[in-house]
Amino acid sequence: MLTFRLPVGDTVELAVDWTEANFGPLLDIISKQLDFLISSLKNALLFLPPELFIAGIFLLAYFVGKRNIKLAAGTAIGFFLIENMGLWTLSMETLALVLSSTLLALIIGIPLGILSAKNTTLSRILKPALDFMQTMPSFVYLIPALIFFGLGNVPSMIATVVFAMPPAIRLTNLGIRQVPKELIEVADAFGSTSWQKLSKVELPVALPTIMAGVNQCIMLSLSMVVIAAMIGARGLGYQVLLGIQRVDIGMGFEAGLSIVIIAVFLDRITQNLSPR
Amino acid sequence: MDKNVKIEIRNITKIFGKNPQKVLSFLKEGLSKKEIFEKTKQTVGLNNVSFEVYEGEIFVIMGLSGSGKSTLLRCINRLIKPTGGQILIDGQDIVTMNPEELRRVRRVKLGMVFQNFALLSHRNVLDNVAYGLEIQGISKDERHNKAIKAIENVGLKGHEESKITQLSGGMKQRVGIARALANDPDILLMDEAFSALDPLIRNEMQEELLALENRMQKTIIFVSHDLDEALKLGDRIALMKDGEVVQIGTPEEILTEPANSYVSRFVAGVDRSKILTAESVMKRPEPLVSINSGPRVAIQLMKDYGISSIYVVEGKNRHLKGILMISGALEALRSGKNLEAAMFLEAPRVAPDRSLNEVIPLIAESQYPLAVVNDSGKLLGIIVRGTVLGALAIAGENGQNEASKERNPEKKTSEEKTLEERNVSGKTFEGKPAEKTVLIGKNEGEAGPPSKSSGVPNAQNTIINNGIDSESVPINNRTDIESVPINNRTNIEPVPAELTAKESLGSDSGQEPEVKTC
Repeated sequence: MLTFRLPVGDTVELAVDWTEANFGPLLDIISKQLDFLISSLKNALLFLPPELFIAGIFLLAYFVGKRNIKLAAGTAIGFFLIENMGLWTLSMETLALVLSSTLLALIIGIPLGILSAKNTTLSRILKPALDFMQTMPSFVYLIPALIFFGLGNVPSMIATVVFAMPPAIRLTNLGIRQVPKELIEVADAFGSTSWQKLSKVELPVALPTIMAGVNQCIMLSLSMVVIAAMIGARGLGYQVLLGIQRVDIGMGFEAGLSIVIIAVFLDRITQNLSPR
Repeated sequence: MDKNVKIEIRNITKIFGKNPQKVLSFLKEGLSKKEIFEKTKQTVGLNNVSFEVYEGEIFVIMGLSGSGKSTLLRCINRLIKPTGGQILIDGQDIVTMNPEELRRVRRVKLGMVFQNFALLSHRNVLDNVAYGLEIQGISKDERHNKAIKAIENVGLKGHEESKITQLSGGMKQRVGIARALANDPDILLMDEAFSALDPLIRNEMQEELLALENRMQKTIIFVSHDLDEALKLGDRIALMKDGEVVQIGTPEEILTEPANSYVSRFVAGVDRSKILTAESVMKRPEPLVSINSGPRVAIQLMKDYGISSIYVVEGKNRHLKGILMISGALEALRSGKNLEAAMFLEAPRVAPDRSLNEVIPLIAESQYPLAVVNDSGKLLGIIVRGTVLGALAIAGENGQNEASKERNPEKKTSEEKTLEERNVSGKTFEGKPAEKTVLIGKNEGEAGPPSKSSGVPNAQNTIINNGIDSESVPINNRTDIESVPINNRTNIEPVPAELTAKESLGSDSGQEPEVKTC
């Protein structure tokens, strides 16, 4: 068709190089902050001995899960199994990475979701960007992350945030737009300020939808954290990668099972946090 | 009623669309809503609406869906900003207010109740009711105290901590009303507030709203598509169509003097028995017999009028004593008893403000005419089956009568003209042109209480001298049970001239029946 090749890949490469060259120092600062966040969280999780941690997580599951003893017991048994398989430290590293990635994704995603609910132009711009972020194979994010931040936990976290953020934005936007018109009228008719309307009416009413977004965000983070082992993320993902490289089915399965246990735990907890 | 203007709406217009100025110029040229939509794809929500709402009244805005009634309500607290015009609340124009002022007015002066309750399900009843106070920054204790009072006011005491999802529809709307009352606003805006409730609960809520209004004296603007509701609640009603106000008036005016054919069609289906009162359908209580008369007088009166029972009164105030049957009178004549001994004391009676649907079962059960008696025991009028049926039929025939009037203008006989004149003097609920009320209207006109018939103060006290009137018996009074509906339907038939003549004579003569003897 065309006699020449459109330089799509080259252009992206140029843009990435340019960013790296011009914003290098800034990226370093960000990198240090994020690294600090991850390692603090990891240290906090590892501060408690596993026995105490399991006891704590049992109580958390019990009370958050509306006194569901099955959920609490299942959680405790799951984490006991992780400890027993000798994957405790790796699991805590993964959990730290997932939680810090999710936190960052939500800190960016929820306000963006609120803004795009209020501003139709913004939501029109965001929509294709979000489609792009969600459909692009997740491996592709690893490359620019690697270039900007090198190997390690920080580029993994960045790639994870990019991959996991769209549902948080989308569902926050959706949740706020779905607040019944009459409730908005109530807020206005009684003389609320914009902030009062948002904080006392829109966010509480949209909370179940927003929480569904948070849940999605966590699940996507967890899946990405495993893949991010390819650019040096520590934790269970790395163990899975080792299992692949060594064709060690037992090693891979044990690490994979630990990821499943963490995933189910996080999913049930966030679902129970959501009202209704 | 206190006639202070609370809200003044001046030339409010609302255009939904991107280029309202263009539509405004089309409206000035007199294009219809439909033509404008075809030309510009913009919708005229409200077109030049003006009216006043008085302090302390319930003003109902009524219309079918799409008539602009909810839009109009939302313009009053500016949930929708009008394209043009002014809305003055206590003299302040809300249309041009800045956001800060607007918030203040909304917080202090305006409460709103919504069709689908619009409660915040993440809050309990108490915090829902306290919402309006909370956003004003009122301390928790104070706002909870006020909210608890508002909750008591709507009869939900004890449900403060309930979740919204635990409440029934009626209870939810009580919460909605309590929320609007908690701020103690001057004005309540109610948007189809009871439409989502089932009929029994709706009725109950309407009663309670009226009771509440009695206690609190708020100015209430109530939007409804339900005519029965509008007639029940409204001190005044504005009927809307296509974004314009078609008619404003009291429920009676809307029913009896529809401004145009749209209004008369709109009111055609209404259950008049709820609106008409005993007072408005009763007829002149005649003949009567004084308690001091002898049985012979009573018998003669009954004979002359062709009736089998007669009411017994005392003194010029027509204090109702009882009812005398012809058999009782004959028995009294034979045994030489007086009337007091022969009559029944337990005459069926009803207060003048009772609605017709309360009167109908009473009259259906009773074999006697029903006496309309005021608090002090004065006999104001009587209701026979014919008057009830006639009143319902006449009120329902407004539209058709208008048509028949146009078709037969030459049939307006001199008798009817006389009746028309008489109608003017006795202004009643049925205050329609005489052709529509040939026989019944006449009777009612004179049966009303003194306050209503300013022209002929003595008319109701007049009881026709039986000697003169004997020939009019078949048409007059009790026997018109049969004749009324027929006359009403075929009202182009001339009324016998003698009747008219004597009736006029009777009204003017001012003779008292108590003094006559046989």
